[in-house]
Amino acid sequence: MIDLQGYGPRLLEGALVTIELAVLSLLLAVILGLLTASAKMSRSWILHRIGTLYTTVIRGVPDLVLMLLLFFGGQMGINLVTDWLYYQFDIDIFINVNEFIAGVVTIGLIFGAYMGETFRGAFLAVDSGQIEAGRAYGMSEGLMFRRIRFPQMMRHALPGLSNNWMVLLKTTALVSIIGLTDMVRVAAEASKATHEPFTFLIPVAVIYLLIASVSEWIFARLQKRYNVGFGEADEWNN
Amino acid sequence: MEQLNIWFTNLLADNTIFNAQTLEYYAEGLATTVQLVFLSLVIGLVMAVPLAIARGSRRKWIKMPIFFYTYIFRGTPLLIQLYIIYYGVVFIDGIQDTWLWLILEEPFYPALIAFTLNTAAYTTEIFHGAIKATSKGEIEAARAYGMSRGLMMRRIILPSAFRRALPAYGNEVIFMLHASAIASVVTIMDLTGAARLVYARYYAPFDAFLFVAMLYLCLTFAILYLFRYLEKRMLAHLRPQS
Repeated sequence: MIDLQGYGPRLLEGALVTIELAVLSLLLAVILGLLTASAKMSRSWILHRIGTLYTTVIRGVPDLVLMLLLFFGGQMGINLVTDWLYYQFDIDIFINVNEFIAGVVTIGLIFGAYMGETFRGAFLAVDSGQIEAGRAYGMSEGLMFRRIRFPQMMRHALPGLSNNWMVLLKTTALVSIIGLTDMVRVAAEASKATHEPFTFLIPVAVIYLLIASVSEWIFARLQKRYNVGFGEADEWNN
Repeated sequence: MEQLNIWFTNLLADNTIFNAQTLEYYAEGLATTVQLVFLSLVIGLVMAVPLAIARGSRRKWIKMPIFFYTYIFRGTPLLIQLYIIYYGVVFIDGIQDTWLWLILEEPFYPALIAFTLNTAAYTTEIFHGAIKATSKGEIEAARAYGMSRGLMMRRIILPSAFRRALPAYGNEVIFMLHASAIASVVTIMDLTGAARLVYARYYAPFDAFLFVAMLYLCLTFAILYLFRYLEKRMLAHLRPQS
């Protein structure tokens, strides 16, 4: 077995941080993605512009630069606001930007843009007859979204969603640069301290591959579930 | 124009961050980023073509190693790959006594190796997919002409596969440009490295990072338009006829 020189537990903790971070940012990204997709499909041109601006800018700038901007800039921005509150209203608060939350927000914000594109395409792929049928039943917009649009959209969105998740998972490695102790940071520190980079970095790489394989399996099952009633499509995707 | 000039001068009048010194950092960073990305893309592309062909081989012992290579490099973060190569290269026995060490000592080359291996893996899969999607009719036609496998590859399969791979490859180029930002982690002064230096010196996160984000955005758009132009020219036969 590999001798982890006492770094084993910290490495596991780091792995947990990575998974938590990835899942929470995925949630945020899905919510933002749904909002963006709705904004881009809405009839209001302001919402459409905002949605387009968001997806274009975010997808044109490297993740790391956005992360550094939001992490260092976010702290300064919050300081400016709290200072202003102090001078104007004598409210004295101090908010320290937590690396974990900064990481979740940044990654969520970045992948929200990618999800937005995925969801928009998927929503447009839902047969308009289905929505007309829902309207004919007198369903409200909310009910129609829950019962018709969303379940049918997911079938088209899942391949893109699974792709985005795989990229997101690998992007979480970047939070080690802004100081969050995920497993990459633990491994990098341990390799510097012990001068044995392979002992720590290769297990971390294996954990990433494991998470990716497990998620692939989960997505395959989800795909099967959302493909119920679309026999041919099932064969298409395989 | 006159007014624009005045407005611009006023804008920069009380600015302490963007001076000749910092702009030089950014310019050097831009050169490093472009160099790093361009070199890794070109070498990666050259590697990917034979790998993609071999990836589609019927022989398991050819196919499997390439599959493993792409699986590992696409399944793990580039940052880990960079760390393994950057920190790991010191530990190859006796490397410090050879001429190779002179090259590998600088962080630029480990980064170049990591980026090249990474983009080659992605490009291999893109080309493999495109080759696999070649329509059967084209291959049958080539066979009916009595073409050898090599000739068929050169004249029929690869030209049509490259065209089909163009949109996905354009995405990969942009992805590589963005991924190259992590070069700054191993002390390379690329664009992001320059921004981090300016941030650290002036404690001005907005100016330093927003400016560099804008530069990246411009680069991204340039690549996007280049590929759109290429697609228009090379995929003209696939456009719906009007």
